[in-house]
Amino acid sequence: MLWLIPAMPIIASGIISLLKQQRRILSVALAIGSLSFSLLLSLIAFAHVMIERSFLINIDSNQSVREVVNFTWIQFGTSNVDLGWVLDPLSAIMLVMVSFVGLLIFIYSVGYMKHDENYARFFCFMSLFAGAMLGVVIANSLLLLFMCWEIVGLTSYLLIGFWYQKPAAAAAAKKAFLTTRIGDIFFLLGIVWLFAQTGTLLFYNHGAGSIESTSLSVLLTQPAALGLTAAGAIGLLIFAGAAGKSGQFPLHVWLPDAMEGPTPVSALIHAATMVAAGVYLIARVYPLMAAGALAGGTTTALTVVTWVGAFTAVFAALIAVAQNDIKRILAYSTVSQLGYMMAGLGMGGVAVGIFHLITHAFFKALLFLGAGSVIHGCNEEQNVRRMGGLKSDMPLTFLTYAIGMLALCGFPLLFSGFWSKDGILEVAQHWSVAKAPFYMLVFGALLTAFYMTRQVAYVFFGHWRGGKSAHESPTVMLVPLGILAFFAITLGFIGTPAWPWFRAFLDGKAAGFAWSGFMEPGLLALMATSTVVVFLGIGLAWKLYGDRSPKPTAPDELEKAAPLAWSWLRDKFYVDELYGMTVIAFYGWWARVSNWLDRRVWGGVVAGVALLFSLGARVNRFLDTNVVDGGFDKGCEELTVGGGLLSRVQTGRVQTYLRILALAVVALAAILIWSSRA
Amino acid sequence: MTPLAGYLLVAALLFSIGLAGALTRRNAILVLIGIELMLNAANLNLIAFWRYGPHPEALTGMMFAIFSIAVAAAEAAVGLGLVIQIHRHAKTTDLDAMNRMKG
Repeated sequence: MLWLIPAMPIIASGIISLLKQQRRILSVALAIGSLSFSLLLSLIAFAHVMIERSFLINIDSNQSVREVVNFTWIQFGTSNVDLGWVLDPLSAIMLVMVSFVGLLIFIYSVGYMKHDENYARFFCFMSLFAGAMLGVVIANSLLLLFMCWEIVGLTSYLLIGFWYQKPAAAAAAKKAFLTTRIGDIFFLLGIVWLFAQTGTLLFYNHGAGSIESTSLSVLLTQPAALGLTAAGAIGLLIFAGAAGKSGQFPLHVWLPDAMEGPTPVSALIHAATMVAAGVYLIARVYPLMAAGALAGGTTTALTVVTWVGAFTAVFAALIAVAQNDIKRILAYSTVSQLGYMMAGLGMGGVAVGIFHLITHAFFKALLFLGAGSVIHGCNEEQNVRRMGGLKSDMPLTFLTYAIGMLALCGFPLLFSGFWSKDGILEVAQHWSVAKAPFYMLVFGALLTAFYMTRQVAYVFFGHWRGGKSAHESPTVMLVPLGILAFFAITLGFIGTPAWPWFRAFLDGKAAGFAWSGFMEPGLLALMATSTVVVFLGIGLAWKLYGDRSPKPTAPDELEKAAPLAWSWLRDKFYVDELYGMTVIAFYGWWARVSNWLDRRVWGGVVAGVALLFSLGARVNRFLDTNVVDGGFDKGCEELTVGGGLLSRVQTGRVQTYLRILALAVVALAAILIWSSRA
Repeated sequence: MTPLAGYLLVAALLFSIGLAGALTRRNAILVLIGIELMLNAANLNLIAFWRYGPHPEALTGMMFAIFSIAVAAAEAAVGLGLVIQIHRHAKTTDLDAMNRMKG
């Protein structure tokens, strides 16, 4: 039954693709219906895991809930390629999150895409995406995961370039596809290596899977280059793939550009689900990443994950401070938050990272849908400096957006982002390798509060600075916002220090409620610190931007203070330009060299050979016409002439023949007589 | 002069007369008659060589001559038949007019 969860939306997508573009209602019904069914099945699967888990806890078993279905896909020689799906707490919670957030965004899209003529195509791609993403989640084979991963990449390309008439959208789609491809090549290398070493790509196979202890011990004894074990090297390769998909530095460049797509796409793919696939992948192969951990509990692979994550978190947050496009601010915020998740995975294990992933999925989807509502209400205006005062024009959007913003900032106690971000900060504080990631992440939190407040101040406060006045969005768009806002607040409570249900759920342990959870050493101090940081960020931003309504053309408050730093941030640290000057310039040069080689060298050789052959053909034709044909014709002529000559002898007169005969006899007789005489 | 030489001389004369007739006459029937003379000259030679040869008691030479005469008769019948057919077709027996087989 588990396979039906991803299969339903994919089948729906196939059917929609066969429909005419005008069949709007049917295509929407198919997309939403199939995803609802997937959600229902996911909830059943989730409940199943819950029941199994409580059963295992009651008999005090140390095992975790895990059900796998495996089958052989291809057999060649003695080796099999197996595929399969797995149901464990991690996949169960991801299934529910993806199908639930996906469904809300589908419903929202009904309103947002109402005026678009390619309505059915949109829902076709969205369904395909949802199915492939659910496939990534339930895959029990690295290969199956990779296949779904690539479908996700494809639909991402299709949806970013949905408005392909816009050159920017087409370019962004291409950029996203190519950038993630760089990561995917490393990922594929990792897969092949893993298969070569362990002979299986299944994650779990009753002790024989590739990330279970037998295979891991094999991988740990295999040395690779630079003092890494095979496990560490494969882990790093897989992380490269995850970094591409999850927009980690230095492969983050595609994610902000991906905002050229329709806003529901940005919400679904580039905030809530697809970018989470990379984080999920790391969580899924966590045993591999953590294999051979030393006493400190960390490995080379996890250390790399942590540093990349922490650096990305600060780097992207800095850029977000200086952006003016409402969706780009959120996009850099997403990159930054994905950095938090990666750092959380690297330092604290699956539960910490995935908890932030789940809460982030809800509040970032909320923020994107809110931004979509704002853009919709402001007649496709995306520049925050041309907005303002929307809190009275769009009160419901403002309310939900504010909740999302506070959750993202990590506003204390009440919002989910606070608890999940605190979890990451807590493990960073205790990380044995270095303290720097902790300070980086705290600084990132300050920046997050700052840029979100700046954005909200620009959009919702002050007075209206745009053209046509704004209007509130339709109900079909507001309802999903409300539901997401509800979860953006409440979801945090399943992972507080006092009631760490989420972590216990993933680890397969019982979770009890105890206030003493807050009494761990340093925890209260940490919470106080992060509270202070958040208030500092919000306060600073409010002081600079609150209720000011500057003219859209006037320089930013920070730009006045530090123009040079501002230009660096505004231009995203010139990473795009750097790539343009190095990688892309190199490829351009290389393409020109290839072109020259093709035209001059290889083309010349080909032309020379062709010339040679045509010369040979000319000689051949000369020989044919003059020697062969001429000889034959001459021979025929000679035969005709000869026949004519000989035919004169054939007079038809019998007596002539007889005379010749008689003369011949006489001559013969004369020869005989003459020879016998001698 | 031995009797054999006399016979051979007669046969040679007879052959020459036949050949001359076959070569000079223009009438097809007369040419056929010439050919018959040449054949009979050959038969006379066969008989003479048999009678004065090493085994005159065996009948081989005579048998040879009789066969030759029978073949000559059949040949004459075929030749005369052809001449009659040509005459019916072309109203002539002149050999010089019968040159339709020329190359």
